[in-house]
Parts: sequence; C-alpha cells; structure tokens
Amino acid sequence: MKKRKERIDRGIKARSGDIFALSSWREMLYLSAPRLIPIIGFMVLPLVLGDYWQKVLLSVAVFALLAISWDILAQSGMISLGQALFFGTGAYAAGIFNYYWHWHPLISIAAATIAGGLLCTLFLLPVLRLRGIYFSMVTLIIPLMLVRIIEATKIFGGTEGLTGIEALSSKWIELYLAMAVLTAALFGFRRMIASDYGLILKAINDNDRSVINAGINIYWFKTQALFISACVGAFAGAFMTHVYMFAGMPVFALDYSILPIAAAVVGGPGTLAGATLGAFILVPLSEILRGIGGLRIVLYGLFLVVFIVALPEGIFQYVQRKYHQFERWVEVE
Amino acid sequence: MAPSALLQVTGVYKNFGGVQAVSDLSFELSPGELLGLIGPNGCGKTTTVNLITGFVKPSQGKIFFQGRNITGMAPHKIVRLGIARTFQMVKPFYQLPAYKNMIIPLYSPRVKQLAGGKYGDRDAVALDLLEEVGFERDAYVAYKNASVLPQGYLKRLELAKAIALQPDLMILDELFSGLSLAEVASILPIIEKLRQEGKTIIMIEHRLKELFRIADRVVVLNFGEKIAEGPSNVVMESDAVKKAYLGVEA
Ligand SMILES: Nc1ncnc2c1ncn2[C@@H]1O[C@H](COP(=O)(O)OP(=O)(O)O)[C@@H](O)[C@H]1O
Ligand SMILES: [Mg+2]
Repeated sequence: MKKRKERIDRGIKARSGDIFALSSWREMLYLSAPRLIPIIGFMVLPLVLGDYWQKVLLSVAVFALLAISWDILAQSGMISLGQALFFGTGAYAAGIFNYYWHWHPLISIAAATIAGGLLCTLFLLPVLRLRGIYFSMVTLIIPLMLVRIIEATKIFGGTEGLTGIEALSSKWIELYLAMAVLTAALFGFRRMIASDYGLILKAINDNDRSVINAGINIYWFKTQALFISACVGAFAGAFMTHVYMFAGMPVFALDYSILPIAAAVVGGPGTLAGATLGAFILVPLSEILRGIGGLRIVLYGLFLVVFIVALPEGIFQYVQRKYHQFERWVEVE
Repeated sequence: MAPSALLQVTGVYKNFGGVQAVSDLSFELSPGELLGLIGPNGCGKTTTVNLITGFVKPSQGKIFFQGRNITGMAPHKIVRLGIARTFQMVKPFYQLPAYKNMIIPLYSPRVKQLAGGKYGDRDAVALDLLEEVGFERDAYVAYKNASVLPQGYLKRLELAKAIALQPDLMILDELFSGLSLAEVASILPIIEKLRQEGKTIIMIEHRLKELFRIADRVVVLNFGEKIAEGPSNVVMESDAVKKAYLGVEA
C-alpha cells in the first residue's frame, strides 16, 4: 500500500463564499483566529506575567514597533539602518517636553510622536532621492552624528542626559498603552499596505520610473511613508523616555537600529506581522541568554544565522502557508 | 506655430556628454493624428520620447503641449496633462500580479481628475482594461505575477497601463519589437480602435509595413536630426532616407 501526501488549500474553500463561511463555526474560527489570537495574547500577557517579564514585554512592544516602522519603509524601497534616529528623536522630544515644559506624560508622548516624525522626515528629506545603499548609509550615520553633537555642545543635559522625567501613573497604564498602540499599529498599517495606497508604495520599490510614468509623484508618497514610519519609531522612543524616566545619549545606540532589522528578517519582512513576531522571539531570547555572559552575542548570532538559512521566507510566511494548507496522508493503490 | 497643434517640438537639442542624441529637432502634431517616428538604431527616437515626457531635460529648445510650455516639467506632471508613453524596455511591477499592475495608473491623479474617473472598484476596471488588450478573461493569466509573464503579455500590459491613463497623446516606443507576427497582428486592431476613438498617437516602429498601414505621416531621424517628414510613401522615396535609413544607394 503506497501513501501519498495530499495538500488542500483551506483558504480557497473558506473565502470562496461568505455564506458558506458564516454557516460553519469551524470556518468562522478559521478566518478569525489569525486576528483573535494576537489580540487576545496582547490583552492577556500583561496579566499573566511577573514583574520582570512585564518589563521585558514593554521592551518587546517597543522593538516590535521599531520593526514595524522598519518594515513600512522597506516596503517602499527605503532600507533604513538607522531606526535609532526615529527612536532617539522621539525619546529626546518627550524628554524635552516633560523636563523643560512639564507636559503631562501622555501629552508629551503624543506630541513627541508627531514632532519626532516631522523632525526625522525633515532630516531625511534631502536624501529621499537617493536609492538603495546610499539612503541606508545616511540613516546609519545621522544618529551617530547626533550623539556627537549632543556630547560636544552639551545641549539637553549633554552626556548626563535629561533625568527625573515624570513616569506614567501606573505600570498597568504603561503595559496597556504599549499593547494598544502595538495592536493599532500592526492591524492599522497591515490594512494600509493591503490597500491600493499600499500598492503604490510597493510599486515604487519595484520600479519607480514606472510609477512616475503613471503621473504619480513618488517623492510625495515616499515622504508620507517616511513620516508614518518615523512617527511609529518616535512613539517607541517617547514611550521609553517616560518608562525609564530618562532621555540621554544611549537612545541613539546601534541596538535600536540593528535589532528591529533582525526581528523583521527572522519574522519575515513585508507583512508587519512577521516583524512583530520576530520581536516577540528575539527580545525574550536575548533576555534568557543574558545569564550566560560573554557568549551571549555568539549564541544570538548563531541563532539568527540558523534561522535565516533554514527559513529564508521568515517565520510568519511559513506559518501562514501551513495554516492555509491542510495536509494529510492518503492511500494510493 | 499653428495654434491648433496638440504638440509642438521646436528646435530641441540633447547631448549626453559628447553624444549628440537629438539635434535641432522640430515637428508638430495635430489632434487625432498618428505620427510614425522612424530611423536606424541609436538615432535618438527614445531620447525624443524622453524629452517630450520629461524624463530627460533638453539642452536647448522648447516643447509645447496643448499650447502650454512643458519644457523641463517633472514627468509625473506631464502625465497629468495627458501624455502617456510605453517603454521600449518594458517596465512592469514584477512583484505584482498583472491586474494589480493596472492599479497604479488607475490610482493616478490623472484618472481622478477626469470626470467620472473616481473608480469605485479598481480591480474590476483593471480586469476590463486587460481584457481589451488581449488578456483572456477566462484564463488565469491576468492574475499571474508579471515576473512569469512572457514578453507578448508584458508588452500588452505596458499598452494597457498607458490606456488606463486616458491620455490625449499616446507615445508607443517600439511596442512591436520582440513580438511574433501573430502577436503584432493581434495588437494592431487595438491601436486602430484607439485611433477611431480620436486618440493622438506617436508610434516608434521598426516594422515599417505595419506602421505605414496606420500612420498618417512619418518623421525620419538620423544621428539625432530630422532628415525627412511627410506621408510615408513620399518620405520613403526621398534620397536622403533611402541612403541613411535603408542603406540603399540612391
Ligand atoms: N541616458 C543616456 N546617457 C547617455 N547616452 C544616452 C542616453 N540615452 C541615450 N543615449 C545615447 O543617445 C543616442 C540615441 O539613443 P536612443 O534615443 O535610445 O536611440 P533609439 O531609440 O533611436 O534607438 C545613442 O547613441 C545612445 O547611446
Ligand atoms: Mg529606442
């Protein structure tokens, strides 16, 4: 008796008719689970984790947002090596609003999100016409330059940074603010990239001259994508300023540039969900590895390489494919 | 300058470094006309298209469209005024399915600003337009990624993207090159139909037989200069053209 693996695409069946989908609980669950699981996860995780892992969860959310921010830019053909620019600018903006002007933390975070987004867009506007690696190099260099400028001119507290920033009123507000913004960013921007507007961004990445040839101003679209992405990154920075009650030079550290890229690549770029998933794997992993000291980076690097080699499409794409296919062994004579 | 002209190219020069790609080129185009632009390889035909569409700025000279000076205008703005072109080297969005390729021109401000141009369901319009240029509706081909489509379909896609912009002037840069005779024969009627709808067209072609069937007038370029202009039968009898273009001694 020979056996053969049979593969059925579940998605086609469930999507092919709304009536059919609504007529069966299993099909409804099949369609809604990909949304329900992360949302319920985001809502429940803060409740079930201990103090230490709650802090890690904040860090996960921040890196997930930075990875989403990176992915939105990458979608539009701009490979950023400087997410630290967005993070740091947002962090300093919030620090300034609260330290000098004593704005309420929530208002300071909201204002720093917009102000940070605008500032970063202005910083990068002159290089928007650069393509590929030239754009990447500039994004890598600007945060490093800003650190030196702060150090040399001693503005905003210089090397000491701005200390004594007001914290959010409780850890629950911290946790649920982070989770709510992550949920909104993940689902909101996923919807955006699936729309016709998102298609224009993807097309610019694919062939920018052909987009111009459709009468579309690609620099205006790239500016918008840059602003959206910068706002997401700036929020992450502003939020952390009020969690750490501090804004200083470390906010421009290379970690904030590299880890989001690693998260997006491991999770699977182009979907935002992959970027989020990547952050949920890499950030806790780096916490667990903290215990083993010096070899941490080696193990971490090894893990990245193995993952990228074994699953080049990214974890999310792999899981998505498996979810929509349903395999079974059938007998053939 | 005839005030009725749709397009006027006046004394345009373009040099790339030492190469004189276009030299003192002038011609006019009336509404509804089909102009053939011919000449040997490297004589400046594509550069002329790039000059008209703003992808390349002239070193000297002026270009008017509908009486408006469009010299040096950004290419996306020129498209919005109503000039659409196809690329000799097709430029599809390889990562997108064919019908999603159509969404980009359909999203264009050009389409939005035209009356009735606010498409509700762009996907449906995209499929209709693709069917017009020969993507069979029943087949799966419109849903395939552009990266796996054969050249014939990519050329049709290029044409459909230009049609989607509802232009007043269409410039087709060697639409037929790389296609089989059968494919050319199936695309020709589409162009004839566009003509009947009153579209003004500039066609760059190496297949003179097919071109002369539909062209009202031809302009012949050689080394960036216009060496002849007029109805096709008259132009092809001129000595300069015979010598330069066909390599025939007069
Ligand atoms: N962007 C460019 N840079 C430098 N030289 C160019 C460029 N575009 C075209 N040329 C040159 O200009 C001349 C005309 O080219 P082109 O307009 O493409 O000719 P055709 O389309 O008639 O074959 C050629 O010698 C070509 O090498
Ligand atoms: Mg050419």
